[in-house]
Amino acid sequence: MTMAVKFMTKNFGRYDIRSLASYMEIGGLTALKKAIQMPGADIAALLTAAGIKGRGGAAYPMGKKWLQARAVKAAEKVIICNADEGEPCTFKDRTLIQNDPFNLLEGMIIAGYVIEAQHGYIYLREEYSYLKSILLNAIKQLTEKNFLGKNILGKKGFDYELHLCSGAGAYVCGEGTALIESIEGKSGRPRMKPPYIKQCGLYNHPTCVQNVESLSLVAAIVNDENNIYQTYGTKGEKNSIGTKLISVAGNVKQPGVFEIPFGITIRDIIYGLAGGLEGQPISLIQFGGASGKVASKDILDTPYSYEHLIKAGVGVGSGAILVVDESTSVIDFLITTQAFFSHESCGQCAPCREGNRHIRLLLQKIKDGVHTQADIEKLNSIADIMTVSSLCGLGQASQNALKTAMKVFPDAFKIMERGVKIG
Amino acid sequence: MAKINVKINGVLIEVESGTRIIEAAKRLNIEIPHLCYHPDQRIKALCRICSVEVVGSKKMSAACSTYVWDGMEILTNTKKVYDTQKGILEMILANHKQDCLSCSRNGNCELQNLCRRFGIQRQTLDKTINPVYLDDNPCIERNMDKCVKCGRCDKICRDVQGVSAITWAGRSETFMFTTAYNKSLMDTDCVLCGQCTTVCPVGAIVEKDNTQTVREAIQDSGKHVIVQVAPAVRVALGDIFGLEKGTVVTGKMVTALKQLGFDKVFDTVFAADVTIMEEGNELLDRIRNNGILPMITSCSPGWVNYMEKHYSDQIDHLSTAKSPQQIFGAIAKSYYADKNNMNKKNIVTVSVMPCVTKKFEAARPEMATDGVRDVDIVITTRELAKMIQYAGIDFVALAESEFDSPLGEGTGAGVIFGTTGGVTEAAVRTVYEVVMEDELEKLEFKDARGLQGIKEAEVDLKGRKLKIAVAHGLANAQKIMEQIKAGTSPYTFIEIMACPGGCIGGGGQPLNTTIDGKKMRMDAIYEIDCSKKIRKSHENPEVQKLYQEFLGKPLSEKAHELLHTHYHKMNRRYDFSYLGES
Repeated sequence: MTMAVKFMTKNFGRYDIRSLASYMEIGGLTALKKAIQMPGADIAALLTAAGIKGRGGAAYPMGKKWLQARAVKAAEKVIICNADEGEPCTFKDRTLIQNDPFNLLEGMIIAGYVIEAQHGYIYLREEYSYLKSILLNAIKQLTEKNFLGKNILGKKGFDYELHLCSGAGAYVCGEGTALIESIEGKSGRPRMKPPYIKQCGLYNHPTCVQNVESLSLVAAIVNDENNIYQTYGTKGEKNSIGTKLISVAGNVKQPGVFEIPFGITIRDIIYGLAGGLEGQPISLIQFGGASGKVASKDILDTPYSYEHLIKAGVGVGSGAILVVDESTSVIDFLITTQAFFSHESCGQCAPCREGNRHIRLLLQKIKDGVHTQADIEKLNSIADIMTVSSLCGLGQASQNALKTAMKVFPDAFKIMERGVKIG
Repeated sequence: MAKINVKINGVLIEVESGTRIIEAAKRLNIEIPHLCYHPDQRIKALCRICSVEVVGSKKMSAACSTYVWDGMEILTNTKKVYDTQKGILEMILANHKQDCLSCSRNGNCELQNLCRRFGIQRQTLDKTINPVYLDDNPCIERNMDKCVKCGRCDKICRDVQGVSAITWAGRSETFMFTTAYNKSLMDTDCVLCGQCTTVCPVGAIVEKDNTQTVREAIQDSGKHVIVQVAPAVRVALGDIFGLEKGTVVTGKMVTALKQLGFDKVFDTVFAADVTIMEEGNELLDRIRNNGILPMITSCSPGWVNYMEKHYSDQIDHLSTAKSPQQIFGAIAKSYYADKNNMNKKNIVTVSVMPCVTKKFEAARPEMATDGVRDVDIVITTRELAKMIQYAGIDFVALAESEFDSPLGEGTGAGVIFGTTGGVTEAAVRTVYEVVMEDELEKLEFKDARGLQGIKEAEVDLKGRKLKIAVAHGLANAQKIMEQIKAGTSPYTFIEIMACPGGCIGGGGQPLNTTIDGKKMRMDAIYEIDCSKKIRKSHENPEVQKLYQEFLGKPLSEKAHELLHTHYHKMNRRYDFSYLGES
């Protein structure tokens, strides 16, 4: 099986990312020109046929999402490209913006056409401010050539503008509603649902939020007349079609971003693409960023696909793979992960605010070897409460690593045998 | 509204679509536990204690924010629900000071109630208490170490008052509801209206307690301690003693005050009648002599503070007449003292007010004559109830008694000061008769009544149309003020009360007052007015006597000296020194 492929990354290095003309020389914007001759629903159908699931982490079928957004009737609609990429160990979107910005924007314009939106926003991670000039330049050139603006490509009534925004760097702003609050200039705290943003989002307009990678696939899919994309991936009932961008980091020799066809094994990824480990053997592997679940090295021969990973107790999530070797203990790893969430919880809802606080305190007890069975039970119950009752995805997912680690590595949580004081 | 069917714990119930789970459960007489939910407020969904199970969903749903759908099956009594709700409660509790025995909300605390309900027995989580910031004001005390972060204070300050002095800040473990940069309330946009104290579920925001000072004054045999009671107290105090909302308890209240040991029990309604004499004549004076119009009432101290802080350039629109509380104090320490041959230094005037801001008003330096405060101590409706409870008085069983004379006689016009629109109605009853020299036939001035945020009315005074606006709640006041600022205000007279509903919804009123409760109090106030023989301020015989014997006529030099005041233009200053030199 091919380990690394070039489908959505095929333009990388082939054109001058600062020049629209250069992009068009390699066939850029042909997808857009083709798309606007098609009914919008047909484009959504292409995405459905390609089985594309949203690449932000929730894996919602993209074609379905577009059709729903298209069906909402409103005077103004909004598309947001979520380029917040705040999930630790995730850096694939950055690579896409750095190497193929025009392709992302082409995907956004097609999305605007299909969903019948008037405005597109790119919410760029604050730490990626050095990418701003790339995107602003691309937006400017597209606007000058009327690929953005009024009556795009002469299509009457196809009016669409793109805007670039950044927040102040909070992780929670990757959550759709917090992101919207942030664009609106408020502090980035998630909204309660309902109302759902597909009905009432940015400035109360119906809003469709899509990840950078999802949007970067659009032009290639529209152009993929021979269905090459669908030749990649796993076969089966709930198969994972096509390719996926993954970011591998941790104690590997060659961390980086790779485009892989779904279905190659974790071993292929870690030992093939990422060059294997630096020295010590694998302790654990975390999938999908800090909010992702962990597995032991037993997972190495599992194929990387939505269905296989879920079966193995983890998930694709953001596409991140963090490899941790035995130089870091499971508890130390969890304390580090917990420090992240204890810092990034927005604090408004009680389960997430207080839960993260107490888990931080309890993990420290475990590290110090002074915990009791009751502490372990509390750890379990607080993690469960957070998962089922937190206001947003942050609180619901922040204990994924802890909960899976407790199952996979029970020894790490063993109660210390302590001596009895005599006399 | 379309009807839909839902099942709660297996029981089928039909509700309107658009109902939330918490409301649907209430129909079945099930109260889903909650802290942040408040029936009069926007949904916040922050505390998550109302999490319940919806069949078919792995995650739980917040009952306060989730709408029911046709066929929805809700479970509120499973192990998962119990464990989750109790677990959240325990975590909130671990972040709470838990000084229940010495807390002013002891016995009247929503967190305490939940702990009792869930049978919380001992604390298993490490305590994690937030830092405290001291407030330097005579009205409101914030105890951030008791805050449960429900956000009710933020919502009432933002949505109802439009002030946003308290808002959310920080994140994760340092998240809290506080002022900008943790400044003391006085250094923010806060006008000390105290609405936040009425919605806080715990003892995190409470009124400053002055009951002990009152007791000490009563116990001091060298002092002549008199008390005045504001009109809105008599329709609210009964709440605390389990009487139906809106019960009129004037007679029992007077008996209780006498039993508490006050030397005389007087009525602020008397002073309200005097206020009408002064304010009504001031309005006529301004109309006749091209004074500054519209003239705006100044009896709500929260509103006066708001003007000083937020619209200081428009301050001359405020009537110079003091509020009834202060007029009472000024008269008690002059007319009443003279009449009884007492040294005013030996008289202690206590007020029972539906308001926490009155504590601030009474402490204003200009509210004193020759260095003697007009009003010495102010307690709220809630504090009076505490005093009655301390004294062991069985309030409900009390016989009724009458206010003392001479400052105890009040008219129906003075009574309705206690509700929004009341001052206007009282003023119209007097101004009309003074100008027209004719009897007003229909006393009820319906356009000024009700709980609508801004009301408009018109009176025809000998061909001159008097356009009137009545606003309550500072967010509504702001709209009126923006009109004045823009020079487009069509009004001659404007009544503004800081609190929603006027004094019946004041910041010192019993807790757990909802809009429905305010309506009942309002009805009760008008009921008292109806039952009064005298319903116009200028016909109050004691007031007439006061002018004959002492003041001369309204707006006289003496009246000006004692009954009028002036206001300050306060520039809001923010201290940014923490940012450093750059």
